[in-house]
Amino acid sequence: MATATFRIWRGDRTSGALRDYTTEIGDGMVVLDAVHQIQAAQAPDLAVRWNCKAGRCGSCSAEINGMPRLMCMTRLEDLPLERPVTIEPMKAFPPVRDLVTDVSWNYRAKAAIAPFTPRPPDAADGTWRMDQGDVDRAMEFRKCIECFLCQDVCHVLREHHLHDRFVGPRFLVHAAALEMHPLDVADRREALRAAHGIGYCNITKCCTTVCPEHITITDNAIIPLKERVADRAYDPIRALLRLVGLAH
Amino acid sequence: MSGGGGGGGGTPETIEHDVLVIGAGGAGLRAAIAASAAGVSVGVVCKSLLGKAHTVMAEGGVAAALANVDDRDSWKVHFADTMRGGQYLNDPRMAELHAKEAPDRVRELEAWGALFDRTTDGRILQRNFGGHAYPRLAHVGDRTGLEMIRTLQDHGIHQGITFHMECTVTSLLTDGGRVVGAFGYERERGRFRVYRAGAVVLATGGIGRAYRITSNSWEYTGDGQALAYDAGAELVDMEFVQFHPTGMVWPPSVRGILVTEGVRGEGGVLLNKEGRRFMFDDIPPAYQNQTADSEDEGWRYTQGDKSARRPPELLTRDHVARCINREIKAGRGSPHGGVFLDIAWIKQRMKNAPEHIRKKLPGMYHQFMELAGVDITAEPMEVGPTTHYMMGGIRVDAETQMSTVPGLYAAGECAAGLHGANRLGGNSLSDLLVFGKRAGDHAARFAREQGTVRTVPTAQVEAASRAALAPFERPPADGNNPYQVQHALQEMMQDLVGIVRTQQEMERAMDGLAALRARAARTAVPGNREYNPGWHTALDLASMLVVSEAITRSALARTESRGAHFRDDHPGKDEAQGKVRHVIKRGADGAMQLERIPVTPPSPELQRIIEEQR
Repeated sequence: MATATFRIWRGDRTSGALRDYTTEIGDGMVVLDAVHQIQAAQAPDLAVRWNCKAGRCGSCSAEINGMPRLMCMTRLEDLPLERPVTIEPMKAFPPVRDLVTDVSWNYRAKAAIAPFTPRPPDAADGTWRMDQGDVDRAMEFRKCIECFLCQDVCHVLREHHLHDRFVGPRFLVHAAALEMHPLDVADRREALRAAHGIGYCNITKCCTTVCPEHITITDNAIIPLKERVADRAYDPIRALLRLVGLAH
Repeated sequence: MSGGGGGGGGTPETIEHDVLVIGAGGAGLRAAIAASAAGVSVGVVCKSLLGKAHTVMAEGGVAAALANVDDRDSWKVHFADTMRGGQYLNDPRMAELHAKEAPDRVRELEAWGALFDRTTDGRILQRNFGGHAYPRLAHVGDRTGLEMIRTLQDHGIHQGITFHMECTVTSLLTDGGRVVGAFGYERERGRFRVYRAGAVVLATGGIGRAYRITSNSWEYTGDGQALAYDAGAELVDMEFVQFHPTGMVWPPSVRGILVTEGVRGEGGVLLNKEGRRFMFDDIPPAYQNQTADSEDEGWRYTQGDKSARRPPELLTRDHVARCINREIKAGRGSPHGGVFLDIAWIKQRMKNAPEHIRKKLPGMYHQFMELAGVDITAEPMEVGPTTHYMMGGIRVDAETQMSTVPGLYAAGECAAGLHGANRLGGNSLSDLLVFGKRAGDHAARFAREQGTVRTVPTAQVEAASRAALAPFERPPADGNNPYQVQHALQEMMQDLVGIVRTQQEMERAMDGLAALRARAARTAVPGNREYNPGWHTALDLASMLVVSEAITRSALARTESRGAHFRDDHPGKDEAQGKVRHVIKRGADGAMQLERIPVTPPSPELQRIIEEQR
């Protein structure tokens, strides 16, 4: 049977190094299968997060040959196996152990965004009526599986570590899903500008490139949000009306 | 205390909540939201990160008699469908509550931000599914579970609930016969934790990891069932393991991953290698009146023709799985040991078929394209049965979801009663919501009644801590790495207590379980306590062995075939056993015991509804 070598980062919060493991490979295998084989036979304590193994839960995020990807959706036949396959943890988050990183910041960032706030029900029985077309617009953003690969690749977080000033692409997508929800009436524009730091995004579109759900993050979520924020904060007529108390 | 493997346990951190929920899938989150709304403090413990639980994988939809698509639907029809699907072993009161309350639970999700596909007049759209008389499943394409868990998660994080992510509970703590908390570890540092609580809700999901081919992730090791059993609670209906008829079979690394029943709901057909639609060959008597007698009628049903009857592909899961198994065993299977599931054929019936398929089944399109290199709009999929769902579980009170141990509640897959011998697709997501809420409501009430003085027995904490550290203190033994023991258990359960069962094979399984228990007791793990999956796997073995034994004992005792339980040596139904359920509990001598109890008869009113809907 054919074999391949996987160069996996092993380490903890303080230090670590790449180590080579060679394992058998077979038809249709994905990177996560190789990691599991290595874990079962060679390194029982190799730390890795995973759940569904079908690209639906977003747990097994890592950097494979330097690219942020889901290990369960990366097929070995799409990688050059004549040289070792490098598998490293996401770099935008603090390492915990081996391929596991501390992603808890993401959960705090989400909690800071104003939650869904529906308009009053449309019908006497407390239900709403929505058009499929309106639903579809928010649907793209609701496909997100929270793998945080977009956060990992975003230079504002990865290189500049501005986690305290910028929520990152994942939560701009979350905000877009709320802002474009047919029933939502909350206004998140000022918070997006100030607290969530939407201005830090300079639309390099790296997040869109790595999204395993193929969400057009920059064009469909972030740019329309930026337009809404600019429209509210920087429109001179609006600013005048605000000044005299006729707008907010 | 976070240092090397063994060493002392130190003093575990103690965390206190009125209600402790174990598990953060749909049932756990819904229970936590309910308990929190009742004004008590709530903590949720989950093995993975928030939002990753198996609910996220649910595809087809959530069953609720909203009657948005077909106004003939009502709770009564949903109730009767659920009972028929469960072969009348269901708890009728649970089936009634479920059918009555599911519509409100679904509408409530919408109020919390869930977006479902719409009817032309703007209401929630519903789709056909196996065993449901009318289009009943509210859905969002084929990613309904993601929509549901994200809605509950995003709502839940604003309700003052404390989430303890990546923590595993290994033991429940009891005082005077009442549950007062739980003992566990957090994965990151491997530190022990004691949770003190007035009431505990188990919402840990299924047992799929006890089998080799499964749609379940690593988490589904039967923790809730085993924790309850160890605490003295009763399990029931454990012989009923649902093998979903359509899991992926190729490539080998994705074997078992689910292919939604929604494919068949949208008109997909099952074919053997001769191209024959074999599901027309065997239609059970209870469903003869409701099943199409031609391919054309079946197609019209999937397209919303109210005068048409459902195609045989939409018979219940137990039956479809057995038919597929029969075709494979008879040598009429597909090249990789499955059968063909074809949705691409609908291009003969509609324009824009590929676009329609991608819109209705985007997840399936994506999954097959990326994992198998198969374009489902152009070619058939290869599918075969996969271990999917546990109908049995913790025996609970229908109204309150309390187990037979005071203060211990259970909801969702780890509880039993709603589904009887076979669960209908879509009834799981509604189960989570209806009984998650009930469990949370009642657990909050119970916790409040107990007051705030909670003593946790030190001896139990010490014993739990010793048991958790044992794998580090054993000498390494060849062939006893925890992954090897887990793998051996999965192989054995798959081969000997799988979709087709015999007494002889299951007796071998009982011997095999004894041997595996001995191996598990010798399992050693290297490394230290920090995020060490080998250690976690070693600890999970205890739960897997308990549920595997409960399944095997219950399956041996049922010498008939009913629902998901099929005995090759007793292929027919036995009327007397159809009135009996099997309860599993720990005997006074510490050994597992099986007891027979009569099924709960429906009230006269419910019996009348069943008769009307026959």
